[in-house]
Amino acid sequence: MARHLENNLNNLNGIRAAITGGTSGLGLALVREFLRRGARVAFVARTREHVESVVRAHPRAHGIVGDVARKEDIYPIALQIIGNLGGLDVLVNNASSLGPARLALLADTECEDLELALATNVLGPFRLTKALLGALSASAREGHGSVVLNVSSDAAVSPYPQWGAYGARKAALHHMSRIWNDELASEGIRVLSLDPGDMDTPLHAVPDADPATLKRPDTAARELADAIATALSASFLAAQTTAVEVTH
Amino acid sequence: MIAADRPMQRPHDARLLVIDEEGRITHAPRSRFVDFLQPGDLVIANDAATLPASLRGVHGPTGAEIEARLVWRASLHPADVHTFSAVVFGAGDFRTRTEDRPPPPTLAPGDRLLLGPLSATIAAILDHPRLVLLRFSGSPESVWEGLARHGRPIQYAHMTTPLAMWDVWTPIAALPVAFEPPSATFALDWRSIRTMRERDIAFATITLAAGISSTGDPALDRCLPFDEPYRISEATASAIHRVKGEGGRIIAIGTTVVRALEHAASRDGSARGSREREGASEASGGEAPRALNVVRAGDGIANQRIGPASPLRVVDAILSGTHEPDGSHYQMLRAFMDDATLAAATAALETMGYRTHEFGDSVLIERKMAASHISFLVQRVGDYNLVCTGRNLCSGPREQS
Repeated sequence: MARHLENNLNNLNGIRAAITGGTSGLGLALVREFLRRGARVAFVARTREHVESVVRAHPRAHGIVGDVARKEDIYPIALQIIGNLGGLDVLVNNASSLGPARLALLADTECEDLELALATNVLGPFRLTKALLGALSASAREGHGSVVLNVSSDAAVSPYPQWGAYGARKAALHHMSRIWNDELASEGIRVLSLDPGDMDTPLHAVPDADPATLKRPDTAARELADAIATALSASFLAAQTTAVEVTH
Repeated sequence: MIAADRPMQRPHDARLLVIDEEGRITHAPRSRFVDFLQPGDLVIANDAATLPASLRGVHGPTGAEIEARLVWRASLHPADVHTFSAVVFGAGDFRTRTEDRPPPPTLAPGDRLLLGPLSATIAAILDHPRLVLLRFSGSPESVWEGLARHGRPIQYAHMTTPLAMWDVWTPIAALPVAFEPPSATFALDWRSIRTMRERDIAFATITLAAGISSTGDPALDRCLPFDEPYRISEATASAIHRVKGEGGRIIAIGTTVVRALEHAASRDGSARGSREREGASEASGGEAPRALNVVRAGDGIANQRIGPASPLRVVDAILSGTHEPDGSHYQMLRAFMDDATLAAATAALETMGYRTHEFGDSVLIERKMAASHISFLVQRVGDYNLVCTGRNLCSGPREQS
């Protein structure tokens, strides 16, 4: 019996999870939520001071310093994730940045800025998922279930003016998630692309946002953790399922 | 044979020499490997990821430049990363043949080695002046970080460029415990695994901390392979039991898989399995072991050598690299096939310009069904309440559908 099914569907007891962008906003909320549900957590972020600060607050979490946008960092990150956790059941590709192209008309967006946005937010999750695929599939073969969550956005499907670079990369990641999910279903790995909603986080600190209308990261983290727990159960119970409806 | 000197795991022109159970030799593109399997077979690969186990640094007492190549640790546990054994070289790097590398300064217990961000103390000199037991200081996290940031894959002079970790992690690489890549697995990609599934060929994995293939020192090389910790999951042990019971074949991807499975099927492996399983509850999901499995699930340490006199209790065929007749890997192949056929295969590999070493071509060898093997299998059937189907286990490659 998969460990997470031993108690209840929302429990992540003993699940080995890795979260990128884990020192602020939704990522930090996910670290806390996973720990609260009994998961064993490794998180990744670029700034050592921030990583150490989160580890001080959450000593059970493994903090890893690295930048998923840098090709050279991917395997050292993967090595530390699997090394510290002894395997991997859940990967959350959460790290993201608006970059210099935030709130620009596409016509004013520099080609290099779009290139950087795609490198950071499409290639990074692709590389990390690929490096960790062996560990995720091993978990699925051993009956633990295995889930990848790519944090998406409604901008992946709705064309918001001035959010061109952001929307394009989220659309790319979202579509890639759906294909991953289809291709990896036979391996027992489910790939989700979920929109947490507009949140009150540094990423969404845009001038026109009314904080009162924004979701708290803790709330979004609970919803995403629920979705992962459900997907893990389904991954365990129906490893051969071929399609998952990706929600927004 | 020709040394494969570029780090391409699956070159489009990779070749496969096949020896069937009757000793017939054929040649095929390696991408057709799955065509030589049959419905009901179980393919088992080693999913160990490769540690960046080459650590450059300085010998504390003398300040001399050294390279420490980690070669062994006692278990696969994530937190058990403080004690390794290592082969220590003097100055230089992979570009110099290991045989020509200078020795390190005289090493003594208590000496400190400064290896980038890592610090280790020599706890003991083992059976050779350059083989030492190292104790790393710091938390497990700091050791993992130090390895990740400072370590490089172990490599040899036949490779012309430095290897990156992505060069040596196989597509299915999971737990980072191998000291050199389980390179037979380079032949696998996700499409081949999918094709197996479509053809009712099962796929499973074990994890074995593959050790180093050469130290360059004749005395040390005679000790290879060192003992290798391994883990077999309940899922894999159950799959082997099921497939054996249904008359299917077990196809090992690489010598490391043969070593783990045959050890776990031996009396020695069974004893270890039952004792060490408590520490391996993480891998097995904490479930009760199946007492009658052909191989025992759990953790063990493979310490045997497999050669021409070794009975193969589990494995029916092996996909492996192309090996020269003077190494331990070749000795293992002798458990599968008679010497005359292997000699003919070696001649064919030479004549036809097959590539060798970790990024080279491959051989697929089906176990010759000698009379002694058949009687042994019957005995195993009795032991494990299996059903012997008397099926012809090899009829060559299936037709492309």
